Amino acid sequence: MGYQASFRVWRGDVTGGQLHDFTVPVNEGEVVLDIIHRLQATQAPDLAVRWNCKAGKCGSCSAEVNGMPRLMCMTRMSTFDQAETITVTPMRTFPVMRDLVTDVSFNYTKAREIQSFAPPADLAPGEYRMRQVDVERSQEFRKCIECFLCQNTCHAIRDHEDNKQSFAGPRFLMRIAELDMHPLDTADRQRAAQEEHGLGLCNITKCCTEVCPEHIKITDNALIPLKERVVDRKYDPLVWLGNKILRR
Amino acid sequence: MATGTLPPRPSSGTGTRSPGRAQIAARTLRTDSWRKAPTLTVVLLSGWVLYAVISTATQSAYFVKDYHYLSPFSSPCVTASCDPAARDFGAWFGHFPPLLPFAIVVLPLLLSFRLTCYYYRKAYYRAFWQSPPACAVAEPHGRYSGETRWPLILQNSHRYFFYAAVLISVINTYDAILAFHGRDGGFGIGLGTVIMLVNVVLLWAYTLSCHSCRHITGGRLRHFSKHPVRYWVWTQVSKLNARHMQLAWTTLGTLMFTDAYIALVSAGVLGDLRFFH
Repeated sequence: MGYQASFRVWRGDVTGGQLHDFTVPVNEGEVVLDIIHRLQATQAPDLAVRWNCKAGKCGSCSAEVNGMPRLMCMTRMSTFDQAETITVTPMRTFPVMRDLVTDVSFNYTKAREIQSFAPPADLAPGEYRMRQVDVERSQEFRKCIECFLCQNTCHAIRDHEDNKQSFAGPRFLMRIAELDMHPLDTADRQRAAQEEHGLGLCNITKCCTEVCPEHIKITDNALIPLKERVVDRKYDPLVWLGNKILRR
Repeated sequence: MATGTLPPRPSSGTGTRSPGRAQIAARTLRTDSWRKAPTLTVVLLSGWVLYAVISTATQSAYFVKDYHYLSPFSSPCVTASCDPAARDFGAWFGHFPPLLPFAIVVLPLLLSFRLTCYYYRKAYYRAFWQSPPACAVAEPHGRYSGETRWPLILQNSHRYFFYAAVLISVINTYDAILAFHGRDGGFGIGLGTVIMLVNVVLLWAYTLSCHSCRHITGGRLRHFSKHPVRYWVWTQVSKLNARHMQLAWTTLGTLMFTDAYIALVSAGVLGDLRFFH
């Protein structure tokens, strides 16, 4: 059964903006992105929104729905009360471009700062061999669709703009963890994670995990294991001593 | 420092109100009950700490001599102030002054194990320090250095407190075994025995589900395939680790319940329900 929903959508650009009220028809089975598209088609033809697959796989339609970072295409209207006013804003961690579209280039900058996979020098492409159990561990991290909702919700940068220079954010710390767990990677990821990519700024409050639409256990399976690896390397005298003795 | 190429931004305005971001005045636009979890955490953790302080500082009703029930809050009891029958590991210290907990040797270690625990960190950073109070809710602090500086850099010592917690769990296990004690000696089982046994099983589950344990047993490996035994152990610890939060809360409850039951039996308020001898 269709009904008329109350929406508040943030409209504006870098110079300013505000929430605008709309009343929009909603049909059974629709998601928030459908309603935003209906707004575009009927009431606000110049409303800017980034989207692509409508299937939760491209990571384009990230926004904040009733204050929670979500993919609009994966947020069902049936999860809201029909009398509820639904507020849609752009992600609040990144600079706004227009309406619901933000400039996420921060994330591409951070991605470029991570050293790429570094296989052993004597191993040519095509000669890599890995067991299934070794592949499986990092497979979870490969599900990431780079929607940047985890980056958006992480308070280390959301609430502290000044940390953006020194903090890679959960998505890219997860990438470092993935590479560090790779049996064939030879780069020194652990020291870099702490000293160059700001792992110490993470206080493991798990918001990245809470908002991940792919349900990746970012904190438990990537960030905390990476923190423990950094402890091995930088803060644990017993491990340091053990390594010294075993190398002799 | 990362070699960031991000353009510097004006310093006026912080957080979600920083220049360039969508200008929205509200601290959060969340409409769900996001205050519930941090409030509940503050109430439950504060209540538990208050109970533990009162229980340990009173130095009484910690031991039931007839059935050898020793409260986990007073174990190991290694002071001359302890009941002689409760001194299973001898008397390492003379008489304690009032208010000093009998288990002073292990309580700081256990407290530190929980304080540096990755789950509790999440809980108290959110609930007490509001950093952040909930996801996508602005925190009240102007600056944030995470766990990079003193004193929070000490959170990296969690694994050492895990080692201590393993040893203390062995002591708790010993106490639970001694609790299979009949009124006149010999073997016996009462409700207190069952409570202590359940408590110690859950304490082991919480201790072994620790993220540091997961790392030490196998998480630090790069090649699971070369270490099948450690890989198997890691998979088992990982299963427990997925329940770490639940175990963290459950064990707070069982510790308190065990202590309270022993205190009530010891004070004669309750009689122990005996199943055997």
